[in-house]
Order: sequence, then structure tokens, then C-alpha cells
Amino acid sequence: MIHAIVFFPLIGFLLAGLFGRSLGAKGSEYVTTGLMLASAFLSWIVFFRVGFSEIEPDTVPVLQWINTGNLTINWAFRIDTLTAVMLVVVNTVSSLVHMYSIGYMHHDPHRPRFFAFLSLFTFAMLALVTSDNLLQMFFGWEGVGLASYLLIGFWYKKPSANAAAIKAFIVNRVGDFGFALGIFGLFVLFGSIEFSTIFANVPEYMANGKDGETVLNFLGYELSRANAITVVCLLLFMGAMGKSAQFLLHTWLPDAMEGPTPVSALIHAATMVTAGVFLVARMSPVFEFSPVALGFVTFIGGTTAIFAASVGLVQNDIKRVIAYSTCSQLGYMFAALGVGAFGAGIFHLFTHAFFKALLFLGAGSVIHAVSDEQDMRRMGGLRTHIPKTYWMMIIGTVALTGLGIPFTPIGTAGFFSKDAIIESVYAGHGLFSNYTFAMLVIAAFFTSFYSWRLIFMTFHGRARASTDVMDHIHESPRVMLLPLYILAAGALFAGIIFAGQFIGHGTHTNHEEWYNVFWRTALFAGESNHILAEFHHVPWLVKLAPFIMMVSGFGLAWLFYIRSPHLPKQLAHQHYGLYKFLLNKWYFDELYDLIFVRPAKWLGRFLWKKGDGWLIDGFGPDGVSARVVDITNRVVKLQSGYVYHYAFAMLIGVAVLLTWSMFGGVS
Amino acid sequence: MFDMPLLTIVTFLPLVGALMILPITMGDKDGEFELAKRNVRNVALFTTIVTFLISLLIWVEFDNSVAGFQMEENVEWIGPFMSYHLGVDGISMLFVILTTFLMPFAILASWTSITKNIKQYMIAFLILETFMIGVFVALDIMVFYVFFEAGLIPMFIIIGVWGGKRRVYASFKFFLYTLLGSVLMLLAIMAMYWNAGTTDISVLLTHTFPAQMQTWLWLAFFASLAVKMPMWPVHTWLPDAHVEAPTAGSVILAGVLLKMGGYGFLRFSIPMFPLATADFTWLIFALSVIAIIYTSLVALMQEDMKKLIAYSSVAHMGFVTMGMFALNNFGIQGSIFQMLSHGLVSGALFLSVGVIYDRMHTREIDAYGGVVHRMPKYAVVFMIFTLANVGLPVTSGFVGEFLILLGTFQANSTVAFLATTGVVLSAAYALWLYRRVIFGRLEKESLKSLLDLNSREKLILYPLVVAVIFFGVYPTPVFDVTQASVDALLTNYHAAISQAGN
Repeated sequence: MIHAIVFFPLIGFLLAGLFGRSLGAKGSEYVTTGLMLASAFLSWIVFFRVGFSEIEPDTVPVLQWINTGNLTINWAFRIDTLTAVMLVVVNTVSSLVHMYSIGYMHHDPHRPRFFAFLSLFTFAMLALVTSDNLLQMFFGWEGVGLASYLLIGFWYKKPSANAAAIKAFIVNRVGDFGFALGIFGLFVLFGSIEFSTIFANVPEYMANGKDGETVLNFLGYELSRANAITVVCLLLFMGAMGKSAQFLLHTWLPDAMEGPTPVSALIHAATMVTAGVFLVARMSPVFEFSPVALGFVTFIGGTTAIFAASVGLVQNDIKRVIAYSTCSQLGYMFAALGVGAFGAGIFHLFTHAFFKALLFLGAGSVIHAVSDEQDMRRMGGLRTHIPKTYWMMIIGTVALTGLGIPFTPIGTAGFFSKDAIIESVYAGHGLFSNYTFAMLVIAAFFTSFYSWRLIFMTFHGRARASTDVMDHIHESPRVMLLPLYILAAGALFAGIIFAGQFIGHGTHTNHEEWYNVFWRTALFAGESNHILAEFHHVPWLVKLAPFIMMVSGFGLAWLFYIRSPHLPKQLAHQHYGLYKFLLNKWYFDELYDLIFVRPAKWLGRFLWKKGDGWLIDGFGPDGVSARVVDITNRVVKLQSGYVYHYAFAMLIGVAVLLTWSMFGGVS
Repeated sequence: MFDMPLLTIVTFLPLVGALMILPITMGDKDGEFELAKRNVRNVALFTTIVTFLISLLIWVEFDNSVAGFQMEENVEWIGPFMSYHLGVDGISMLFVILTTFLMPFAILASWTSITKNIKQYMIAFLILETFMIGVFVALDIMVFYVFFEAGLIPMFIIIGVWGGKRRVYASFKFFLYTLLGSVLMLLAIMAMYWNAGTTDISVLLTHTFPAQMQTWLWLAFFASLAVKMPMWPVHTWLPDAHVEAPTAGSVILAGVLLKMGGYGFLRFSIPMFPLATADFTWLIFALSVIAIIYTSLVALMQEDMKKLIAYSSVAHMGFVTMGMFALNNFGIQGSIFQMLSHGLVSGALFLSVGVIYDRMHTREIDAYGGVVHRMPKYAVVFMIFTLANVGLPVTSGFVGEFLILLGTFQANSTVAFLATTGVVLSAAYALWLYRRVIFGRLEKESLKSLLDLNSREKLILYPLVVAVIFFGVYPTPVFDVTQASVDALLTNYHAAISQAGN
């Protein structure tokens, strides 16, 4: 069954990719979507089997990949609860996005290519989440990067899309640089890159450390076991930061919105960008032994959450707002992982996939309705024109902001997962957990504000689009709305249904038991990690904090965009510097251009013209041959033809010889 | 199974083909001329294909479990000084196959683009093939040297006669650069003969040279091999040679000739001068890392497609030398694999450039843009080779690069750290090239009448796509061949080092 789940999308890709022309656009759509739906259905079966019954986690080998020396790497599927959760997330969202795209892309002449790429992406993502070793994971990692590159640049006529595609690939490669080094480091430490071997050996390895022993030399530093683990974890996390668009490596994600909207929903909201979260959770048996690395993860998570949310406050492009929101929510997930609340992090990944895909697809539906306009300043008042889309967006927004009734187990998906994260971070003992707690609470306020701002600017108020656009406005076809309904159901109920399993909510007596039965060995908690017990017992004010933030964010957005719409402009005018700073995304793009892109180009040209041209060739072959020509010319001049010239030269020569032999003889 | 001298047959079969082309008269009348041209091409293609098929028998016959030389042929030739001794082991065998595999593509690539002196052209290529195979199968160091040097001549002629505008400059630069290095190697070979009393490679491999002497011999070989490789800073001949060479010349140059340098390190420098190798590892590491970063940055700014790929070749060869001198299993296995993979990928990239060069007669990147609108099939193929060049998993480029970096990390993590930046840079230059040539709007008038791949071009490029992906997914056949010989190489190396330490 697992073979079918993973290979159906590959088959879809090959069919649509190779025979797209003979299948035709319709054929390609139905084939890929059908295969995806089948794959999604099977994933849910696997999910319930692995998570809710006593089937043991298993590894299914497929083919030997690399075998040399003491390194054996197989293509294989590792099936445990973490994999099963990811399978469900990936395949559900992917099949819905396939379906949605049938409607969304129906004007596009290159549909077979589009569906082929979507399926290729899904295959790579499945290879990533089912991997039983780091190298296959790296394959999936690069594969989704490639698919993302191809899909961002899908409209290859647009220079901005091409630029965004390359940017995404290269920024991700910077992360991969760390990921690859992390893999090498783990291999040096444990002699294997298979998860089962590494995980089994870590505890013993750490327990048997000796004083003054060095196990790894990294950049000239002699590292003890504990430090080596920290370095390896940080390197792996660098990969996660690239893929999950965390602070410093986030710059590609907003630009990635150049791609078609279904792509943004699938890749840049629900699945690929969560691969970093998955990586850290998967490697939890290693990360748990490095408090420093975990502290860093928390720090980056908190910083990203607040940074991206702050930028999201002022953006005007509807997709960019959601993109920054994604970036910020990924920060939440990492914050949870950093304090050891792996269940909460993955739970947020799970619920986020539903409501963020819903928001993106909803935004796509809006864009579709208003003739491909993305600027919210030219929308407004769409509520009555596209009511179904409006309500779906509302559901997505309440789920994102975490609407729920405090102190009861009733609420939307985000209510469970986001609050669990904030509470865990409060309860966490690690480095930076206090800082991050503060950041997350403020970010919750920002989240609520920008989400409602989006709703109000788009659907409420006066219609600001041209009459031409307003005349053409239309609700999306059923094939686009159906995925929205399904995702909306998930956004509303995923929390209530699954919270007990993922984070041990629900009945207070046996929450750890539920948790353990569900996750079993898939997530690892170190001996000193009691976050699961502790986060249920945080002060009531902490539990209430997200709710307060949500309500006040809503209130402020209502004030700014419904009650007195002149206020935002006034405020932006008063704090012009701050406004510009946020609008320009803290000037990261400009900064990177200044310190990386330009110097690299300058250096490349310099080394080419001066290094190769002037130095190496100038003093090497070209120089030598020029000198040879010079000398020959001079020698030619010497041959004057007068006997006395030659006689004179001979005389000098004889004199020099004599002198040399005399003095040479003496010494 | 076969009692035939398989290696001799494979080595000299192309020469036979050349001799068969020789008597074809080109004729003056148009009809006769066309017929003669067709004959010449067909003979050349037929010869290279048959050579390839026969060379596959070597792989079939090859015993993976044997570390030493196999299928040896030994005939006394010039007294004790030089004997006609051939054989292959796990390190050399696949290079023979790589050579014979690439040759038919080289011939096909010249099918229509070469119009003048086609007879001489094909003869030059067939002679070149004999010399190249000879390099990899020779087990007498003098025979090796003869093949190694002789290969320069046909390539010199190919670039100098059928090259681009600056072909004379490029061909002389190529010739003198490589010759200069080789002179030192010849001196070293003579010194080795005086010390060991033989030129037989299999005997020399067991001979221990005095430590002092190893240093000088190593440096002399290094001078020659580094130019061939090419390593920074003696790489500047390569971009010029590639730019001026006809497409097939570039394919063979990048695909096979560069591999002779790496092969030389593995055949001579490391096993014969182990002490010097250990002493000079730092030098190789330094030059390799410089090559990777320096040439990647230079590649970023190139305006000429072939030059860009040439610089990226230098960077990839930097990975190869670095992996070898990591002196562990992963490094060496990776570097052999990387050489084979690079042979396919860079060959394929030059062929791809050749496809649009044949249509547009310019290599300027700026002259293109939006090619995908007219040539979608070409865009797909070129994308796959670009990604293989970047080292994406599931292409052959990844396997070698990964193992090399893994091995290097074991040996020296700082070097690996610096070299891994090349992974980012290669993505930058390769994708940027792709974007500028393939993507974007189709605005230039001259591009609007482009035709997509014709059947000859498909025949050239599709098999390479298959090979690049096959060895990325399933590289095991290659490792099986090389494993025993690499193990033996490392065992001997470490034995020599520890012996010297005592």
C-alpha cells in the first residue's frame, strides 16, 4: 500500500509529463488528480492503522541506492506515526489542490505541464516524509526544491517569476549547504545515516563521553561529544531554516508568490515549507541531546513569528499577507519544537495545513473573481458578490487566529494547536523560552490584526475595483469550491477531533497515555523533558493570553478598516520610517543584495578579467609568448652586419669569462 | 570465454576505421562529393559504434572481485625498456567504456555541422579515440606516455582547423600548456626507470621509491596532470580551447581528455609516491578549494555559454582532485564516479549548446532568451543536464559530489565546508544560464524561426538523459567495478605510510 501511496504521484507525473500532448489537457488533469485522490484515500487508511491500532512501525526497503565501503543507503519507506501524519497532510492537500487547479488553471495552455509538476512535487515530498535515512530525505528535500523552482517559474514569460524561482532555489541551497554538512557530521559520529541506527545509538553515545575527548574537528575546533551533537543539530537546522523560510533565510518565500496560487497553497503553505519542521521532529532523538541547539531553534522560531507577522501588518498584496502569515506560523512550530513540545509543533503543522491551504485557495478564488488582481487596495466590498468564498475565508481566518472558548475543549483547529504552543513555550525551561513566549503572544495579536485586515479590506467596505472588473466578478466553479469546503471542515474540526492524540488534550486523566499510544516511538522526549505534563498546568492568564490577543487584534482591525478607515493612513504618515521599514520587509532584500549578490558578481568579474586574464594569462602563456617575441626582435636588431660590432661583443664576452673564472677560482 | 586480445582490438579498431576512410576519394562533382561525405560519416559512425559494443565485452568479462589487472596482454617490445603491456583494473576499465560510449555521440554531433575536410576530421577523431583508449589500458609507463602525448596532436588539429575565430591561439595555448607539463613527466618516467629498472606499471606499483625521490617524482607528475585536469591556476587553456573547439571536440575534451589527469593521479601519484602524496595533500586541497570557489564565481559572470560550462568543468574537477586526496574510500570512489558522471554531463551540456549553436551560430548568452517557446523538448533536455550539473539527487552528478564531500569531511571538515559552498554557487550560475537562454519572452526576431530537436539530435541527447538518470538512481554497477581496486589502492597506501613511519 505504501508503494501505491508514494508511486501514484510519480506515475501521474510521468504520464502527464511524457504523454501530456496525447492525453490532452483534460486527460492529464483527470489522470493526475485521480491518482492523487487514490493516494490520499490510502494515506488516511495508513494513518488510522498506524496511529490508532497496534500496527508496529515498519521499514519497507525498495531498492539499494548507494553501497560503498561501510555506507549502505537504500531507497526505503519508514512508516511510523510521524510519517503517517505527513502522508495525510501532503496527500489530502495535494489532491484537493489538484482538483482546485482544474478550475483555477482552465485558461492556461500549459495544463499538462502544470499537473505534471504538481504530481512531481507530491512524489518528492512523499519520498521526503517516508525516508528512513538522511540521504533519501535529502533527495526529497532537493526534489521539492526543484518542483518549487519549476512551479514558481511556471509562467516563464514573466521575468519576475523567473527571478523568484531562482531566488527560491538558491536560498534553499544555502540551507542545504548546512543540511549536507550536518549529514556528513552525523555519519562521522555514528558511522551511519540511517535513522534507526543513529537514534538507537545516541543515548549510549552521549552517556559514554569521556572528559577531554574530541570526536569531531570542525573548522579547526576540537569538539567533545556534546558539542559535536550541537554543531550537527545546528547544521541540520540550517537546512530546516532554508526550507521553512525562517528568519534570515526567509527572503524567498514572499517572492515565491509569483507562482500560480494553487502552488502557493500546496507548496508554500501546507507542505514543502513544513519540511523543516518535519526534519527537526524526525531528528528529535538527536536534538533532545543538545539544549543549545534547541534553544537556538526556539529563538529563531520566536523571532520569525514576530518578524513575519510585523511585515504582514502592512502588506497590500493579498497573497503576500498570507505568505508572511505562513512564515510566522512556521516560527510558532519551531518555537514549540525548541522547547521539546514536538507533539504540539507537529499538531500545528497538521492544523495549519488545513486552514492555510484554505486561506490560499480562498485568496485564489478571490483573485480568480476579480480578474487576477492581487492588490487589496483595489478590492473591497466583495462579500455580497462571492459569498461562498467569503465564508470560507472567514472560517480560515477564525481557525488561524485560534477562535475558541477558553478553558473548554471547544474551538477551531488553531485554537488547540496555537494555544498549546504558547503554553508549552511558557512552560519550557530552555534558553530563550521567555523571550520567545513574549514574541509569540505579541505575534498572536499581529496575526489577528492582519488576518482581519485582509478580510475587511477584501470583502467589506466600498468596492474599489474598476467597474469593468466588478462587472465580470463571479463566484468560482464547484470544482474549486469543493476543496474549500473540505479544507474548511478540517480547519474547524481537526482540533477537536485529534487534539487528544497529538498533544494529549481531552480527558485530563490519561492525556499522556493517549499521546504515547498515538506517537509511540516516532517522537522522542529526553529524560528531563516533561513539557507534556507541564503545559497543561500553566497559569490561567497564560491560557487566556492568546484569546485576549485575538480579540484585541480583531478590534483594532475593525477600528482601522471598518469604523474609521482614515486612521491607517494617518498612522503610516506619523510613523513614516517605521511604516517604510515594515513595508520593505526590514530591508532584507536590499541588504542581501548589497552583501552577497553584488560582491559575488563583482568578484566573479574581477577574478575573470584580472585573475585569469591579467595575472595568470598575463604572466603565464600570453606573457611568456610575448616575451619570446620581444627577445627575438631584439636579437634580430643585434645582428647589424658590421664586423666590428661582433668583434666588440666577443671582446666583452671574453672579458666577462676571464673575470668570472678568476674570481670563481678564488672562492 | 573469449581468447581474443580484447583490449588490443578495442584500442586499435578506431585506427582501422581511420584507415578505411583514408582511401575514400572526395571527388569534385557535387554528387560524388555528397556520396563520399556520406561514406565517410557512415564508416566513422559504424566504427565507433562497433568499438563501443566490443568494449562492452570488457565489462562483461570483467571480474569485479579482482583488485589487480585483468585481461593482460604482454608482448616484449624494445628489449627490457618498453613492452607492449595492456590491462585494465577497476579504476581504468570504466574510463575505456566512457570513451567508447561518447565517441558515437561526437561523430553524430559533427554530422552536419562539419562541412569542410570532413574526411580528415573523421580520421583525426578516430585516431584520437585509439590514443585515448590506449592511455587507459596501457600498463607500460612508456606506452602510457606515448598515448598520453600523442592524443594532443589530433586534438590540436581538431581545434586548430575546425575551430572558431581564435582557433589558432586556442590550439597553441592548449598544446603548449599540456606539452610543457608533460616534459617534466617524461623526465620523471626516465628517473623512475633508472631507479626501478623497469617501465612496467604493475611492477612499478610494487616498487618503493626513496622518500626524497618521491617528492620530486610527485611534483613532476603533478605538473603534467594538473594541467590536464586542469587545476587552478593552470586552467586558463581550457575555456579558450572549449570556446574555439567544434562541438564534438568540446565533448571529447571535457568528457575524456580531462579525465586523464585524474586517472594519472590514481594510477601513478597516489600508489607509487604515497609518502609524497601524504605530504602534498594540503596543496591539492588548497588548489581544489580555490578552483571550486574561484571558477564558480568566474562562471557566474560569463557571457559565452561554452566558456561558462568550461569554467564549471574546472570547478567540478576541483571536486575530483579534492576527493582523491581525501584518501579514503568515499573520496576516491566519489571522485571516480564524479569523473564518469562529469564525462556524461559535461559532454551532454556541450552537445546541448551545439544544438542551438548549429541553428544560431552564436554562443553569446545575450543572443538568446525565450527559446522554450520554440523548442520545448530541447528545454526539457537542457534542464535535466543543467540539474545534473548542479548535482541534484537522482542525477549522476549528485552521487559523486555527495561521496566526495562525505569523504573530504572525514579527512578535513574545513576543506569540506569551503567546498560545499560550491554547491550554492553551481546552482547560481547554472540556473542563471538556463534562465537567460531558455526562459523569458521570445523577443529576438532571429529566434522566432527556431525548430525543435530533429531526430538526429534526439538520438544524441535522449540516451544521455537516460544514462544520467540511471546512474543517479542506481549507481551500484559502477561501485561494484571499482570497489576492489579502490580498496587495494587504499590498503597499499596506508601500508606504505605506516611502513615509513616505523
